[in-house]
Amino acid sequence: MASIAIQPKTRPSPYPGWFFLPAAIIYAVLFLAPTFASLYFSLTRWTLFNSTFIGLENFVQFFREPFLVQGLVNTVIYAVVSSGLKVVVGMLLAVMLTSQILARGYLRSVIFFPVLVSTVGVGITFTVLMHPTTGMINQALAVIGIKGPGWLTDPKLALYSVALVDVWKGVGLATVIYIAGLVAIPRDYYEAARIDGATKLQNFFYVTLPLLRPATSTVITLSFIGGLRTFDLIWAMTKGGPGFASDTVASVIYKQYQAGFYGLSTAGNVVLFVLIGILVVPLTMLLNRKQGHE
Amino acid sequence: MKSRASLLGGMAAIVATFVVFVIPFIFIILMAFKDRQQASLRDFSWPTGFHLWDNLVEVVTTRNWMVVTAFINSSLITLVSVTLLVVFAAMVGYVLARRKTRWNGLVEFLILAGLMIPPAVVPTIWLMQGLRIFGTLHGMILVEVAYNLPFSIILYRAFIATIPRELDEAAIIDGARPLDVFFRIVLPLLWPVTVTNIVVQSVGIFNDFTNPLYYLPGNANATVQLTLYNFQSQFGTSYNLLFTNIALITIPPLIVFLFFNRQIVAGMTAGAVKG
Repeated sequence: MASIAIQPKTRPSPYPGWFFLPAAIIYAVLFLAPTFASLYFSLTRWTLFNSTFIGLENFVQFFREPFLVQGLVNTVIYAVVSSGLKVVVGMLLAVMLTSQILARGYLRSVIFFPVLVSTVGVGITFTVLMHPTTGMINQALAVIGIKGPGWLTDPKLALYSVALVDVWKGVGLATVIYIAGLVAIPRDYYEAARIDGATKLQNFFYVTLPLLRPATSTVITLSFIGGLRTFDLIWAMTKGGPGFASDTVASVIYKQYQAGFYGLSTAGNVVLFVLIGILVVPLTMLLNRKQGHE
Repeated sequence: MKSRASLLGGMAAIVATFVVFVIPFIFIILMAFKDRQQASLRDFSWPTGFHLWDNLVEVVTTRNWMVVTAFINSSLITLVSVTLLVVFAAMVGYVLARRKTRWNGLVEFLILAGLMIPPAVVPTIWLMQGLRIFGTLHGMILVEVAYNLPFSIILYRAFIATIPRELDEAAIIDGARPLDVFFRIVLPLLWPVTVTNIVVQSVGIFNDFTNPLYYLPGNANATVQLTLYNFQSQFGTSYNLLFTNIALITIPPLIVFLFFNRQIVAGMTAGAVKG
């Protein structure tokens, strides 16, 4: 009991630093260490058992092979298209769902549920629905006299079709984020705008849109990073085909891994990492800076 | 007049969302009811007979009850990794929110890095082989924990900041040790955000396809997402079984959705408003 008087000096902080340890060890060993290792192994020819240093050869190959370059371009297109559509559609749906509309609960649930469903299951289902002749989508279009395209068989279209399914599955998340943003806008702003005689459209563009910027920033960042990293949906729907028409960096990484080109696969990883860094860091800075001006 | 227009708009919205979002699920269910021959047509039609039970039995028993193994594996991975995630992330979030040290900046940076950087796949496999945890359930669990820690920590840190410091200070003055303070006082108070964490991460890990594909090869280790490839082969796909399987693995997320809809939305929109 006498020791109590001395204890405060020797007693460690009530918020001990070792609380970081379990998380830090798992994260450092299984995430950080491989990330650093990838920087080296991307410069090697690698069989998992031994590696030969070959300098930048993997990267040279990555930017010389047309199908690998196409994978890079596809990745950016896919991320821009899917995140752009999620922003626009998600915002419109959220505006609709926060207005006085019929069956609001039903609409919210129905739009959100696909977010929770297995991506591979969704991919397989839409592959069947998008079949050029037997698929339900083209059969429905045929009823109204339109000859539907080969959604996944046309090389020009395949990537966009997969991006559309990505939007179908992910727009519910964008919508709930926007709903949270819309609910947080104080009613007074609309009241003031009404007194100034603003129309509904002016309301949207001069009040709602600027005040939704934080939500927009979140939606763009989340869905853009997600789009750049997408693998499962593309693999479930086209496996990067037809040809290499819908390959992305993530599917290239998997294909090279399967083929046993571990060094090249790892170089793909580094390329994706750099790509995300180059695009996302300035994007988030831009989104956050504009916010500061207002 | 105005209410009539909005009524019409509402009806249009209901019809449009039904076509776009509900019909694909109806299609899955219809396919699961069909026999092999009718399902191979892959059209949107009423099943000619009730074959759901036969399909279900066949899906479950295929490849030596692989779906059952997969459900057990996936449930184990989900259960253990979410438990570890909750405890470890709460510990980090707690200290991060309470104590200002020179490590905080580094930790914040690592959290952001974890959210952005795509995992380096082959080096991870190489490392896991070195540690002899490649292709094992516990290895898979640790990977899921490592990849999902940043998001869980963010959720916890934001929530812990709203809990008054006086609570833990009172306990400390009463002589409680750090572990007691955390596990007996702070962690129970975090229950709402813990539920959010459990729900969001469970759905994500249960639905994970990519990581088990890389880190957990082999039929004995199959997870539910990989069973979908049981019925697709070069010799022709059994569409009735494939869609029965899809319907089967959609049930757990559906249950979660029905009971925890609010927590999921809360978790996924956390921080979205303030940015």
